[in-house]
Amino acid sequence: MASAVSVRGLVKEFGERRVLDRVDLDIAPGEFVALLGRSGSGKSTLLRILAGLDTDVDGAFEVPGTISVAFQQPRLLPWRRVWRNVSLGLRGVDGRAVAEKALAEVRLTDHVDAWPLTLSGGEAQRVSLARALVREPDVLLLDEPFGALDALTRLAMHHLVDQLWREHRPAVLLVTHDVDEALLLADRILVLDEGRIVAEHHVGLARPRRRASFTDLRTSVLADLGVDDVEAA
Amino acid sequence: MSISTAGVLARPDEGTAAARATPKSRKRRLPDLRRWISPIALVVLWQVASASGVLPPDKLASPVTVFGSAVELVADGQLGSAFLVSMGRVLGGFAIGASVGVVLGLLSGLSRWGERIFDPPVQMLRTLPHLGLIPLFILWFGIGEQPKLALVAAGVAFPLYLNLHAGIRQTDPGLLEASRVLGFTGVERVLHVVLPSALPQTLVGLRISLGAAWLSLIVAEQVNADAGIGYLINNAREFLRTDVVVVGLLVYALLGLATDALVRALEKRILRWQAR
Ligand SMILES: Nc1ncnc2c1ncn2[C@@H]1O[C@H](COP(=O)(O)OP(=O)(O)O)[C@@H](O)[C@H]1O
Ligand SMILES: [Mg+2]
Repeated sequence: MASAVSVRGLVKEFGERRVLDRVDLDIAPGEFVALLGRSGSGKSTLLRILAGLDTDVDGAFEVPGTISVAFQQPRLLPWRRVWRNVSLGLRGVDGRAVAEKALAEVRLTDHVDAWPLTLSGGEAQRVSLARALVREPDVLLLDEPFGALDALTRLAMHHLVDQLWREHRPAVLLVTHDVDEALLLADRILVLDEGRIVAEHHVGLARPRRRASFTDLRTSVLADLGVDDVEAA
Repeated sequence: MSISTAGVLARPDEGTAAARATPKSRKRRLPDLRRWISPIALVVLWQVASASGVLPPDKLASPVTVFGSAVELVADGQLGSAFLVSMGRVLGGFAIGASVGVVLGLLSGLSRWGERIFDPPVQMLRTLPHLGLIPLFILWFGIGEQPKLALVAAGVAFPLYLNLHAGIRQTDPGLLEASRVLGFTGVERVLHVVLPSALPQTLVGLRISLGAAWLSLIVAEQVNADAGIGYLINNAREFLRTDVVVVGLLVYALLGLATDALVRALEKRILRWQAR
């Protein structure tokens, strides 16, 4: 089967600065890939290129199917009600019905008619997820979607994303700098450093995963990121 | 209000949710009656000064006389017809000025070439105090209705243009990006992202515009009006009827307040998504 995402020798420069340096990347259909890396390592840049938001690049990449994106900030239109935020841009469907179904999946049935500014951070991020999923994408790009949430809400979101991914089975590229998040959710973990993919780990663990099941792998991923795992010592 | 209202671009904090929240929360409480003490005392003082002859009626009529004249002017229909004429001038001028301001604001806000073409001359012209244009308008349009409409239109067009243009330019790039990955068409992007995000700033512009409209009308009606509130006032001046002059001024003030209340109501309805 053809790849959902295929990247060959991708180079991105901002002026003199080379932010992505000959990146190769393949994501199989339905595969969940986490992209780890320090702040400034080029994760968002790679994702924006795949999303078609930055076209000034060298090298080749191909995303044959449809793409959806959820950003770190939910980026909802504050002047459109929640259900409209989910359905706007869809064509040839009953927007209200489709939005209601998607919002039920992220457990926001009570907020279908709410204004976005009345939502909590976690709720707004769930609307953003519903909005991405309702497009039934072949590829779902997530740029630190839980980064701005509190720790408890983040745990609930991990569970939700795991569930939604198993139901819809898009290929996922999850950008994060949270190693536990990557180990909980991903089939494969890539580590990006200074614009190059420097490490790859396959997470062959059964789902749903517990933190206790991946301590060794955690240590080795942290080592790739240049961090000593204190807990393992 | 300053004379050159056309050049005023509202401070960015004006019209934000925070700025509006203060009067709203205050409205729930009962009005503080103590705030009425000094205004009422002033009116009483005014009445006493008039009755005792300190304030002669050819300088300023007493409050009681003003009230009596107001009732009379309403009863014989003079005030009503003058009001309609002035109102017509404001509405007409506003319609022209708003159309020009909105069309140019959209063109220069939504298109780079529109901005290159329209923005420089508008930014230069906004520095002219538009009320100073009267002599030119009289030369161009004579002394009939046209210069009055033109003056109101000029007062309205600039603040609307400036605020609409600024509002469009302030659109959150993050939302524009999101609308791109969500597959919005260009029309959808303008309709659901750009214009709604420019709306709060535009409403601030609208409020300034309406203030400028009334001010322009008052000034324009000083110039050879043969009907309207300004005519009523000028005519009264010739006969030293200071009571009628004051009635006319009060009508101007009430009209200004009424339009402001109208815009506030409009804002509350249109910007209800801002309520948390
Ligand atoms: N539009 C831009 N112009 C110039 N430099 C940029 C731009 N976007 C990102 N960069 C730089 O590229 C590098 C990688 O950024 P980014 O991909 O956002 O990193 P992260 O891995 O934290 O998401 C950073 O050093 C950043 O400063
Ligand atoms: Mg980033």
